[in-house]
Amino acid sequence: MDQFLQHLLNATMLGGTYALLGIGLTLIFGIMRVVNFTHGELYTFGAYMVFFFTMTLSANFFLALVFAMVLGIALGAAIEFVLLRRLRGASIDTTMLVMIGAWIAMQNTEQLAWTGVAKSVNHPFPIDPLVIGPVSVSWIRIFVFCVAIMLIVGTHLLIHRTRLGKAMRSTFQDRETAALMGVNINAIHTATFALGSGLAAAAGALLGPVFVLVPGMGDMAALKSFAIVILGGMGNFMGAALGGFLLALVEELGAGYISSGYRDGMGFLIIIVVLIFRPTGLFARAERIG
Amino acid sequence: MRTWIKSASFAIAATALLGLAGTAGAGETIKIGVTQPLTGAVAASGNYVVQGAKIAESFVNESGGVLGHKIELIVEDNKSNPKEAVATAEKLIVRDKVTVMMGAWSSTYTLAVMPKLMEYGVPMVVETSSSGKITTSGNPWIFRISPTSAMEAQSFGTKVDQFDIKKADFLVVNNDWGRGAASEFKKMLEGKGISVGVVETMDAKAQDLSAQLAKIKASGGDTLFVTSGVEQITLILKQVKEQRVSHRIITTGGSSSPDQLIAQAGAAAEGSYHLLFFAPWFPEAAPNPDVAKKFVDEWNKRGHNFAGLTEGFRGHDGIMTIAAGIEAAGKVDSDAIRQALWGVKVDGVNGDIAFIKQGPAGKESGQNVPNVYIVTIRDGKVALP
Repeated sequence: MDQFLQHLLNATMLGGTYALLGIGLTLIFGIMRVVNFTHGELYTFGAYMVFFFTMTLSANFFLALVFAMVLGIALGAAIEFVLLRRLRGASIDTTMLVMIGAWIAMQNTEQLAWTGVAKSVNHPFPIDPLVIGPVSVSWIRIFVFCVAIMLIVGTHLLIHRTRLGKAMRSTFQDRETAALMGVNINAIHTATFALGSGLAAAAGALLGPVFVLVPGMGDMAALKSFAIVILGGMGNFMGAALGGFLLALVEELGAGYISSGYRDGMGFLIIIVVLIFRPTGLFARAERIG
Repeated sequence: MRTWIKSASFAIAATALLGLAGTAGAGETIKIGVTQPLTGAVAASGNYVVQGAKIAESFVNESGGVLGHKIELIVEDNKSNPKEAVATAEKLIVRDKVTVMMGAWSSTYTLAVMPKLMEYGVPMVVETSSSGKITTSGNPWIFRISPTSAMEAQSFGTKVDQFDIKKADFLVVNNDWGRGAASEFKKMLEGKGISVGVVETMDAKAQDLSAQLAKIKASGGDTLFVTSGVEQITLILKQVKEQRVSHRIITTGGSSSPDQLIAQAGAAAEGSYHLLFFAPWFPEAAPNPDVAKKFVDEWNKRGHNFAGLTEGFRGHDGIMTIAAGIEAAGKVDSDAIRQALWGVKVDGVNGDIAFIKQGPAGKESGQNVPNVYIVTIRDGKVALP
């Protein structure tokens, strides 16, 4: 029983970050329909930026998190502006190839800049965990969880309650009509990609101090993000958030009670099952045809 | 006319290519191929091995080289990926025409490369891999200087009483190295009447190990054997604290770089034990103190990371073994080097290197019997237990 409670708590903490990764990608992959292979690299970028600000420049930890996210947004905007803007009419294959190229180039740049030696980031939270009865959780994970939830809710409100959010939704529903209504299509594309990238960088910035930093750390994060988006239904915001928690739960319980060797396989098993029975994703509403 | 021009230009291109290959083969230096993970999941370790190998290259060349020639390392990156490891071996043998190789760090990469050694008939000195299969599968081109997991377990077995283990659990990386180590240590412990709880595995890239640790905690053992690279050991030490797992941690495989653990896991590294094949903090205690001291001094002089010495020495010992093999062969020829390696005696950083036969009769692989050390982390410093 104690083990089960600990698994549940671990899954909740992990689910928060999976959800954050998922919503960032669902904006780009689900709404913009760009197969964003750089998602994992923006995650890595966020983590290394926190390392750079706190460990190299000795900046305040919380300030470093904000800087990392802002720089992630800027990098995302730059990728959209330099690469994707030129490819707007191109086929999905072309875009995909360009993004794969960007992914490889970014990962090798990280390797060059930071070397393959793992880095670790100091954080101001106590090492001794919070103990609640039979289970325990570290303070930094609680902090990461709370910030992740805040970012998820904040992004949800941004998309559903603001003018910018409305413009985003309308643009990706019907680009021409949105343009006729006076929406600046180019700006919206850049803003959406930047926002999704900023969320990936935030996830990396938050998780970097929990784990260790290596240049290839984004690969697994990106793979899981794609899984979460497909699980939750393409472009479905709440679906991605719930998909993140579901994936974490399946991984935890699968590893805990079935086999840890198949831990990462469990999540993909669920996706296969979901795709067979609900091909549009677990939480997808009926597809609207423009 | 058109066809003629085409075939003529093809012929010119082909001649040019052949010409290039010719000049490469007739160079002044003796080329030694090295395949290591310089990027990817275990990049840190691979880079340290190469740094150690380059030191050996300088030592050999400063003392007059081999057979009157300088040696030259051709280093390829296997990208922490078995498929890439095969590609690097193919490239080193076919294009660079190396007659002997060193590699490929992980057991999984080494096992992937081994059929290529058979195909082309090129000997390889294995500097890190510990899976038993490497020397028992009947590949006569393999000469391993690192210990097998079985040797490591046996060596630890002689000291196991000091640890007073009642019940042990395992957390190992899910590949040939990790699973091999778990099965050999399990066998040894059970042979000593110590019970074994759970054997958990993790993906080499996994960062969150909370699920495995929750299960290990529930198993109720007192000692946790961990086999993985330093990156994952760091994560495990930190997460063991978070989940209040009370096990004593013992890492196997020699890739734990204790200094890096102290720097990155901090207080979480306190009290952990590590099996190593070189203890650079105490070079005077090595079987060949002069060799060990000379290597450590040069490493520091070059400004390499001190934490990398526990990996870097492998590269040094590997290249020194190869140089001795070429010298003994008397010519730069793969089969001659293979035969000569059976007779080499090298004063390595780890200890005296010589090969015994392992595997099926008639196609045995060479296996060295290295020394194993145990260190612990006490008061933020590496100490002998």
